[in-house]
Amino acid sequence: MSIELRILRQDTADSAPYWEEFKVPESGRNMNVIACLMEIQLRPVNKAGKKVNPVVWESNCLEEVCGACSMVINGRPRQACSALVGHLARPIVLRPLSKFKVVRDLVVDRSPMFQALSKVRAWMPMDGTYDLGPGPKISAAQAERIYTFARCMTCGCCMEACPQYGPASDFIGPAPLAQANLFNQHGSGALNKEERLAQVMDRGGVADCGKAQNCAKACPKEIPLTEAIAELSLETTKQMFKDLLAKGTPQSFGGPA
Amino acid sequence: MSKFIVVGGGLAGLMASIRLAEAGQEVQLFSIVPVKRSHSVCAQGGINAAANIKGENDSPDIHTYDTIKGGDFLAEQPPVKEMCYAAPSIIYMFDRMGVPFSRTPEGNLDFRRFGGTLHHRTAFAGATTGQQLLYALDEQTRRWEAEGRVKKFEGWEALSVVRDDSGACRGLCAVELTSLRVQTFPADAVILASGGPGQIYRQSTHSMVNTGSIISSVFQQGALYGNPEMIQIHPTAIPGNDKLRLMSESARGEGGRVWVPKRRGDGRPPREIPESERWYFLEEKYPRFKNLVPRDVASREIFHAAVDLGLGVDGGMVAYLDLTHIDKATLNRKLGGILEIYEKFTGEDPREVPMKVFPAMHYSMGGLWVDYEAKADGFLNRQSPRNQSTNIPGLYAIGECDYQYHGANRLGANSLLSCVFSGQLVAPAVQSYAKNRKGGDASSAVFESERKRWEERLDSIGRMDGPENPFALHRELGEVMVKEVGIVRENAALGRALAKVMELRKRWSKVACVDSSGWYNHPKLFVNQLHNMLVTAEAIVRGAIERDESRGAHYKPAYPERDDERYMKTTIAEYDPGEIKLSFRPIDASLYKPVARHYD
Repeated sequence: MSIELRILRQDTADSAPYWEEFKVPESGRNMNVIACLMEIQLRPVNKAGKKVNPVVWESNCLEEVCGACSMVINGRPRQACSALVGHLARPIVLRPLSKFKVVRDLVVDRSPMFQALSKVRAWMPMDGTYDLGPGPKISAAQAERIYTFARCMTCGCCMEACPQYGPASDFIGPAPLAQANLFNQHGSGALNKEERLAQVMDRGGVADCGKAQNCAKACPKEIPLTEAIAELSLETTKQMFKDLLAKGTPQSFGGPA
Repeated sequence: MSKFIVVGGGLAGLMASIRLAEAGQEVQLFSIVPVKRSHSVCAQGGINAAANIKGENDSPDIHTYDTIKGGDFLAEQPPVKEMCYAAPSIIYMFDRMGVPFSRTPEGNLDFRRFGGTLHHRTAFAGATTGQQLLYALDEQTRRWEAEGRVKKFEGWEALSVVRDDSGACRGLCAVELTSLRVQTFPADAVILASGGPGQIYRQSTHSMVNTGSIISSVFQQGALYGNPEMIQIHPTAIPGNDKLRLMSESARGEGGRVWVPKRRGDGRPPREIPESERWYFLEEKYPRFKNLVPRDVASREIFHAAVDLGLGVDGGMVAYLDLTHIDKATLNRKLGGILEIYEKFTGEDPREVPMKVFPAMHYSMGGLWVDYEAKADGFLNRQSPRNQSTNIPGLYAIGECDYQYHGANRLGANSLLSCVFSGQLVAPAVQSYAKNRKGGDASSAVFESERKRWEERLDSIGRMDGPENPFALHRELGEVMVKEVGIVRENAALGRALAKVMELRKRWSKVACVDSSGWYNHPKLFVNQLHNMLVTAEAIVRGAIERDESRGAHYKPAYPERDDERYMKTTIAEYDPGEIKLSFRPIDASLYKPVARHYD
């Protein structure tokens, strides 16, 4: 048995994309898309029998915990390592994520996501890493809730699925918003919540979410991103009122919602 | 202010970077992948610390002893002691960073059991502890990056270090993955935190970047390598043709039971095999530690049951790891992440059906030889420039790529600890080194000649157009390593493995680069990595041949006993282009006298 793949390729960041088809041998029932790409490296020949440069992709852990191998597989953004060929319609169609700049073939530049984490200050402010004893006690339930959101791999699937996010828009995207909300909720992160809220009240912040809810559906870790965005939205509204009160402009009451 | 280079952005590299940034130093951090995607994310079960908040009278001394005994008395003892004493403060540091460690009903940190100890000593965040710890350090590093103290070079691969005329390390030579531009970077010291070499086995639990290429490269430049033969085979992995995924030891820590059918060739589905016809061999043979014996012991027992006795599931080296007696809510809470992975990759629900697991290459206890400075009380002098230093002045190694903490076998949940601890330890060491270093700036000629050497090498690789495919050679290497240099080692088989590795090295010169592009040419860099993996493979195999005893993960049936007189010593490998040279160096075992290692 062999597997047919149709792959959208691009030689450099500036060159035009093109489709190329490949045929690779099927091996074992748990074969995934990465194993197919590895087969192309072993025999870099396209379906027409022409010798070509092997397809380039990004991957690392291969167990869906590092976030590297995101691509659009049969129309759906997901991790290639957990995409088992036995569950996929043929030919398998692979494209790079479309919301980021292509570097080469299936490799894209997701650095805007990491920059966004910096913008929303997605970290605990701490006095130092030296020994200051344990952090605050928290309930098991809260720890589990934090854990749910802390599993975000910055893989970009939610960004790809979001109709609001893209090169033409300022919207910061669902993943960084959920991280901002996560750090607002606990430990020393809650102490500087206002700084983080100020970053997402800007242009491109939480108000730009169109509530399409695609993000949560696309998340390979099933993180309830829409819940986080709703919470953050409520917090920014509260903050706006606080800011207005602080400015002493009562005539603005009832303004922003 | 001094300038330091850190290679690798896993737990060890990030911890070192943060500590240096905190001390006001300038850090350049090199990583092939964005640091958040480093291999540390794969660590599942937890991190050890004898915080003793379970009322079990645990202590750092017991942790030290368990670690040394777990490593079968091959580790230098003072660094282990220093690490185990630092462990509780490391957990608390992560707690303050916001890591969602699992909690007790009172809101305290929860601890679970892991292999090789009788104490609840392992703090955990669900079943993706490594990921959660890495993210915490990634966030703190980003904070320092925003302050301009850390500069990241993500998408760069380290190729070698730059040495001056006296032999000291004065900087790094690296290549940018996209442009393939080779560049050198001067620094007061270079810290390697590049992880393990699992890709040498290909079928391993390691990530794609774990070729150990830069470690092999500095080995070829004269750095000594310690205990190359000490490779951990984890007893429970999930089969796959691209990689072997780990099934965490925490599955056993939470009560998972390992068994095989008592009858050879019993083809019934596992749930139809009654209790009386199952052999819980670990529980029977090790009534004290049961399923939580150290990994080397568990892997050997699976090998024995499956291969020697022919009781393996489906006739392979496969056993059942059974969680089905535990209620689903508990499983989801404590092991959700890994059960999800098993289900996604095999299509079977481990809450309903016993998992099929088999042993897989998982960790290298061996790595670059590094020094330390002990005090009379058995602790380390934390300010010493010798700590974590290789034999090349100005070159340091931390994390899985050093050899220092785990002896002949690493205990589960000690790797996250040794990564973070060595990252902490190296920061004052390199600062002491930089402060006391004599001599001025290195001449620009040494940088230029190293840059040229690599530019020419990569160019010549790009022109390689032989009949061999580098990825196919990699598979052949992995196959021979898995087959001959695994759980059970026979000198004849090791001899075959060595011959094969040397053959592959010859055939390497006949590979084709397979990619002609001048942009993001991964195969080109892989050809170089493959060469380096073949060199490390030679060291691993020669080390295994030379050590005629059984100790920890190194088991030779022809020499079934541990031989402390001859081999309670570090294997030191020294590069020589013709044949890697081996010697043995005594260890500091002044804290705990070696005893026979029993877990029954």
